[in-house]
Amino acid sequence: MDYNTLLQILDSTLRLATPLLLACLAGLFSERSGIFDIGLEGKMLAAAMASGAVAFLTGSVWVGLLAGIGASLAFAAIHGLASITFRGNQLISGVALNFLASGLTVLIAQSLFKQGGRTPPLTGDARFNPVTLPFADALQGVPIIGPFYHEVISGHSLLVYVALAMVPLSWWVLNRTRFGLRLRAVGENPAAVDTAGVSVVGLRFAAVAITGLLCGLAGAYMATALQAGFGKDMTAGRGYIALAALIFAKWRPVAALWACLLFGFFQALALRPDVVQAVVQVKVPVPFLDALPYVLTVIVLAGFIGKAIPPRAGGEPYVKER
Amino acid sequence: MDRLPRWADVVLVPFVSLLLAALISALVLLSIGQSPVQAFNVMVDGALGSAYGWGYTLYYTTSFIFTGLAVTMAFHAGLFNIGGEGQAQLGGLGVALVCLALPWPHWTLALVAATLGAALFGAAWAAIPAWLQAKRGSHIVITTIMFNYIAAALLVYLLVDVLRPAGQMDPASARFPAGANLPSLNEIPGLNLIFTKGVPANVTLFLALAMAVVVWAILWQTRLGYQIRAFGKSEPAARYAGINPVYIIMVSMLMSGALAGMMSINNVMGEAERLLQNSSEGAGFIGIAVALMGRNHPVGVVLAALLFGFLYQGGAELGLWTSIPIEMRIVVQGLVILFTGALDMMVRMMLTRIFGLFRSQKLGAA
Repeated sequence: MDYNTLLQILDSTLRLATPLLLACLAGLFSERSGIFDIGLEGKMLAAAMASGAVAFLTGSVWVGLLAGIGASLAFAAIHGLASITFRGNQLISGVALNFLASGLTVLIAQSLFKQGGRTPPLTGDARFNPVTLPFADALQGVPIIGPFYHEVISGHSLLVYVALAMVPLSWWVLNRTRFGLRLRAVGENPAAVDTAGVSVVGLRFAAVAITGLLCGLAGAYMATALQAGFGKDMTAGRGYIALAALIFAKWRPVAALWACLLFGFFQALALRPDVVQAVVQVKVPVPFLDALPYVLTVIVLAGFIGKAIPPRAGGEPYVKER
Repeated sequence: MDRLPRWADVVLVPFVSLLLAALISALVLLSIGQSPVQAFNVMVDGALGSAYGWGYTLYYTTSFIFTGLAVTMAFHAGLFNIGGEGQAQLGGLGVALVCLALPWPHWTLALVAATLGAALFGAAWAAIPAWLQAKRGSHIVITTIMFNYIAAALLVYLLVDVLRPAGQMDPASARFPAGANLPSLNEIPGLNLIFTKGVPANVTLFLALAMAVVVWAILWQTRLGYQIRAFGKSEPAARYAGINPVYIIMVSMLMSGALAGMMSINNVMGEAERLLQNSSEGAGFIGIAVALMGRNHPVGVVLAALLFGFLYQGGAELGLWTSIPIEMRIVVQGLVILFTGALDMMVRMMLTRIFGLFRSQKLGAA
């Protein structure tokens, strides 16, 4: 494998890691506040459909992005209602919303466009187009670092850089702000937060809303940047892989970045059968490569994480003492 | 909070949840410009209006009883098995290998062997996530979902490169020998008076009903069932009482996987008579809705499976006769899971308040 191929793979790694990273950070806020969210997948899917459809209808990717975030927030609100207000089972609520999203997206896309549940292909301003970072072309001649900067770092859509910026931002919000401290506290010991006179319900709803926002970005990225339009079940388990990455990262933002890059790398490898075959020296059937990210996810979850301790109050509805 | 009377808890809560799900489904249909009344009529007519329709409804019901029982079994141990889909597909592989292995002389022998094959393969596919949960604490929800994707890829590989007979174009196994064909309901003396046309529902229906009884017996009549339920209610208490968590997780998940795998006797051996790609067609996921709707009790599971059999067959009819996409089934499924599983408390609070009103009126009158 030469340097150019490596750069190509790293380039796809970053592209494929972006939706994982946004979804993973989304899950991080929710789970840190004590709300499990299996429904990242559904929220991404809803956002992908909404942004793909609206971007096509209006011709503006920005309106599409807003629609995507709106759809994701609506799903987040239902999850909040079920798991915070009505103290339902959070896993079941997430699974239900995933099914709902999987069915509704096709239903709506089909009734709008009659193209077998897809949205029409997006072009021009209806998509997030690649951004060339400053000096990318000028520095291309510099050995090793130049091509790396040009190929891997530069030339992605805006949302990729937004996702990367979310990592330090999430870290700062969680660890350096009052809101972050309270959010973490409510996921560990909601009774203490309640005693201090801070609303548990309010904090958890805020966390769930942040999750909705970030999943909205992830879904919009899928439909308007990574691909040109929405397709049936296009998220293909990314919401679950993001959860695995979250556990792998032990619910920490910076570690989440590395975890998502790792899973993005697995997905990038699956797209390059030629490279995999060159490395392992055996002809690998395509279905094996399709399964590779999922297999590696299981292996990572099983073996290399050491002890991952989830937020203590995770998954348990809070009942105020009377 | 006041308590609901038992009958209301067992009957009224699921019923109201279902009503709410139906209401939202109707709204969804209205919003995409379809008529809910017409859709409902098409569904009832197509699924329940004729013996032929019932033949399909009962065929789906059979599959859903198996997958519903599978989810139920794991639920009682406090485990959420979302991997029914993958386990069912692997079960199908087990069925196909057994059926293709011998020129079976009679279907009864083939049925026994295929049941073992399906259960074994389904259980094996559940064993890895179970072991990872028991030993390594890997979240079973995520691992079982990953195993669904892996199962799908594995079956594509096997059907394209291994099991496909030479010269055949579509990715599927060879046809099973005639001796492995299960009698459909229209081939059974007595029932053939009702089912005059060929229907997919077959003898597996009776096996499914028998398994419902077996699951009930295991969960409520044996020491193992007691241990499973105790473990599901409180792991620390069960541990303190000397119940081995690894053993309970493994056994309940193996039984769960075996039940999901056995579903494939119905569709692979009973209907398709060869192994196709994506043979389980989402039935593994429907098991979740069925188990929740059926309150994790075999009787409830059988009734809920019948309901979903109706929804599935009715949904297929919608796809045939109206322009409503077949994905409407998934929407309804999601809504049922949402209302019966997650918004359960909302329905209960609502009913408690209504019952409270009646009670205070009675007190006022007296």
